[in-house]
Amino acid sequence: MADDRKKLSMTLGESLRQQGVSRRGFLKYCAATASMMALPPTMVPAIAQALEKAKRPSVIWLSFQECTGCTESLTRSHSPSVENLIFDHISLDYHHTLQVASGDAAEAAREAAMHENEGKYIVVVDGSIPLANPGYSSIAGISNLQMLEETVAGAAAVVAVGSCAAFGGLPHANPNPTGAVSVGEIVKDKPVVNVSGCPPIPTVITGVLAHFLTFGSLPELDALGRPMVFFGQSIHDRCYRRPFYDKGLFAETFDDEGARKGWCLFRLGCKGPMTYNACATAKWNQGTSWPVESGHGCLGCSEPDFWDAGGFYNALSIPDSDLTRKTGYVVGAGVALGAAAGALNRSTRAKAAAKHETVTIDDLDKKS
Amino acid sequence: MQRLQDIAIKVESPEGVQASHGNALPILHEILHALQRFSTEGEQSCIDLRSLPFGPGDEEELLRLLGRGEINVTMDALGESTIWETAFSGVWIVDHRNAEGEPVALQIEIGPVPQIVFSQQEDIVDAIDRLEAQLNDH
Ligand code: SF4
Ligand code: SF4
Repeated sequence: MADDRKKLSMTLGESLRQQGVSRRGFLKYCAATASMMALPPTMVPAIAQALEKAKRPSVIWLSFQECTGCTESLTRSHSPSVENLIFDHISLDYHHTLQVASGDAAEAAREAAMHENEGKYIVVVDGSIPLANPGYSSIAGISNLQMLEETVAGAAAVVAVGSCAAFGGLPHANPNPTGAVSVGEIVKDKPVVNVSGCPPIPTVITGVLAHFLTFGSLPELDALGRPMVFFGQSIHDRCYRRPFYDKGLFAETFDDEGARKGWCLFRLGCKGPMTYNACATAKWNQGTSWPVESGHGCLGCSEPDFWDAGGFYNALSIPDSDLTRKTGYVVGAGVALGAAAGALNRSTRAKAAAKHETVTIDDLDKKS
Repeated sequence: MQRLQDIAIKVESPEGVQASHGNALPILHEILHALQRFSTEGEQSCIDLRSLPFGPGDEEELLRLLGRGEINVTMDALGESTIWETAFSGVWIVDHRNAEGEPVALQIEIGPVPQIVFSQQEDIVDAIDRLEAQLNDH
């Protein structure tokens, strides 16, 4: 415990030096981090300088109505190495899918982390929040809504990971039986970053955390609250099949000559022109490939309500110029966290525990 | 655990060769301009290959066109990195891997030597300490 505390107070530079990592190793790590955050390599010295002094922030990860795909995506991340990021550079104090503790012991760990890091911790949420009936999704008898409100109260910022947390996702799809809503519909008084995608790209999740670690602020966001560095351009704008689109060369079926020659998948339902995400360049599976590269059109998984946007194989019928949305991006520096950190709700561990209203089996039977 | 690169993948294309998506040539132009800037103004630059919209075969095509020059460097820090000068003097490839051998960054550096190859001041200070300690032991 004392060792843990010492580790927490050490800067990243100090802890790496203690582990015998050379300056070259550190610079290599910074180069990988810059690449991951889609920052130009010229930023490496600035990143090295900032990371050298960075301390490990506490992260509380809440999972609500979700399929665990987002956590799967993150734990498959490799760059620079999620183990490093999680265990050396952030302090993942609560993640009920990954942690050993459960029930009251787990909740006590969450409350301890909230109390000890008040105003400074980051809350990561995957999954949407059911409002129709608290019994649809609860943890240790605490409803998702209550857990979110109580955990976010003392947080510096919230990262909504995956399309469920960012936009409601699959649970929110018509007819939305659980009354699922996104994190942003509940949290109004803290900065919320939406890292959408079904699942989100792991390097985008770690990229946001690395940005916070490096600059002490959140990255610049688009009109839907997504980090511009990753969601600033459409799939279509970054697609290597784009020259075929521009020449009017389209695959008509999944096994015709056009498909074999790698022509554009627009007529097979590709939603690339209206989808903003980083998979065309960040790619999946250790940078191996991405859906369009393996011959399937984009489903638009990082956009709100993509489940209800017509069939996945229906071609978009609007001309491209109308599809390329002019999003009103927030221009300027990243969202400073200082203000949010200052306006703290000083809830204590005891208070948090006392506030819990346990969801019982009877609640599940109640008509919503 | 079996690694992704160990899984055999058969690439099929009509001509039996990897299709080129034409993304290597624009990068070669960028490299040329960077090399000219370095030669006349001494400005060093670096291109991150990961953020580019490469299709299958583009990266291989680019590395093939750049070729291999006279110098190869292997660096062992948080995993192995290989650094080599291409057939074009002043154009270097920096290929960083993590401890599991997975790629974490791939960059083209234009300059006399990639920055990371130089001995770093912090490491030199540490080396002085260790050398002094060793001499004191004798
Ligand atoms: S429509 Fe789809 S496949 Fe075609 S260029 Fe755009 S993103 Fe690529
Ligand atoms: S290609 Fe489209 S549907 Fe597939 S992961 Fe990327 S954004 Fe999502």
